[in-house]
Amino acid sequence: MDSVRIAGVGLTHFGEHPERTSRDLFAEAGLAALDDAGIDPDDVASVFYGNFMGELAEHQGHMGPLAAEALGIDAPATRYESACASSGVAVREAVKNVRSGESDVVLVGGAERMNNLETAETTESLAIAADDLYEVRAGMTFPGAYGLMADAYFEEYGGGREDLAHIAVKNHANAVDNPYAQFRYEIDIEDALDSPPVAEPLHLYDACPITDGAAALVVVSEKYAKDHDLDAAVAVTGTGQGSDKMALQDRTTMTETPAAADAAEEAFTEAGIDADDVGLAEVHDCFTIAEVLALEALGLFDPGEGIGAARRGDTLPDGDVPVNLSGGLKAKGHPVGATGAAQVVEMTRLLRGEHHNSEYVEDATVGVTHNAGGTVASTVVHVLEVAE
Amino acid sequence: MTERVRDAGYDDFVDSLEDGAGYYLQCAEGHGSLPPRRVCPHCGDRDLTERALPETGEVVAHTVVHVPTPRFIDDAPYITAVVDFGEVQLTGQVVDVEPDSMTDGISVSPSVSRTETNDDRLIVFESR
Ligand SMILES: [Zn+2]
Repeated sequence: MDSVRIAGVGLTHFGEHPERTSRDLFAEAGLAALDDAGIDPDDVASVFYGNFMGELAEHQGHMGPLAAEALGIDAPATRYESACASSGVAVREAVKNVRSGESDVVLVGGAERMNNLETAETTESLAIAADDLYEVRAGMTFPGAYGLMADAYFEEYGGGREDLAHIAVKNHANAVDNPYAQFRYEIDIEDALDSPPVAEPLHLYDACPITDGAAALVVVSEKYAKDHDLDAAVAVTGTGQGSDKMALQDRTTMTETPAAADAAEEAFTEAGIDADDVGLAEVHDCFTIAEVLALEALGLFDPGEGIGAARRGDTLPDGDVPVNLSGGLKAKGHPVGATGAAQVVEMTRLLRGEHHNSEYVEDATVGVTHNAGGTVASTVVHVLEVAE
Repeated sequence: MTERVRDAGYDDFVDSLEDGAGYYLQCAEGHGSLPPRRVCPHCGDRDLTERALPETGEVVAHTVVHVPTPRFIDDAPYITAVVDFGEVQLTGQVVDVEPDSMTDGISVSPSVSRTETNDDRLIVFESR
């Protein structure tokens, strides 16, 4: 099957921009992606847009046409919502759309505005990604759900807060030179261990920040890239998606994320790779424990081994498989509806050799992105490869 | 504000738990689930039968929530736990154990209480 090329990428700064509307954030990222691609905006056949909590944060629904309008594009436009996997799903739909021959050019991305709400309101808004009847009404928050998963993981495999702290330390260090990142400072193990509890066993430095931001990319068919002499060396060679029961209580285990394993199997099979081929990964570390679960679902580490990966150095920039060289959600930030697309943008920049951390992965040709929604009831995995 | 409209199935379940007669739904394959359900979420079987919820279950995971949503602002910190009743698991708050001494594996019984913040109904567990 023809590969799908990434012709252009764009990001806003991820951070606190409470006064900026999501339409303005998306316009900045989308126009940057169009400029990077160097294509005629009239060639864009569709706009796919990810956003999670626009109704709650901005009293705004029906955001697809608004996103296209913000870019000056007159084309069919659709919003995708799958909690924190919203724009990962949008990217997957864009890839499938181009691969099917339906379109030659799709602009895809996402945006989220979160800091215009109070922290408690944001916590309430994020909680709607869980089961309202059986989880939210029992006081489960988004950190609370991951606190349960961390507790269950420690109970089954051992490990503890200090192992998680190594993940936070790694991801903060990776973000220091990333101009798009929210937290550009290093922390040490003690900072993480001494931070206040949020949802035990998780503390403040186990959690991603509340972030405003947007990400966008232009995906094109291989033929379009060739006909227009585009510099589009990075291809999306695999896409996969999985679902799980919404509520943790309805799953057979809390220490595995089968939706992610299913997504990885599909994406890896399409790309014709296995876990040993993966040179680097950007995974959904909304909480430090989430990075552990992601590494194991992707098959990069055996069950029970992911917890020690950062402590052992395996996932550090100079380790076997660098993970979250962007800083991850933990330090780069997590504007939820933009995150899945942002991972693909960062991976593209890493593979192109133009990222601040590209030096660590000069020989890598295969990168994987892992974007999860809720407590991994939705997951999208993409395989990106240097095609030429 | 109008009074909240009931959620059929869910509120019936909480009513029954409040009356000390909790139940769950079981399919022909023996999978458990909680209402409202028209189909077993595990195998798709549509033949669901009400079964009595065991009086005690075992805590399989817990967290102590310090940063709550607005509707639990006066309740925090509190313990949210997932409790295994054999064929079905249930999420609620453990109300008679101090957060510092909470451990997984303890035996608890479910009942219904009210939140301090808004007096909303809440599924709770007490140790046995
Ligand atoms: Zn069944």
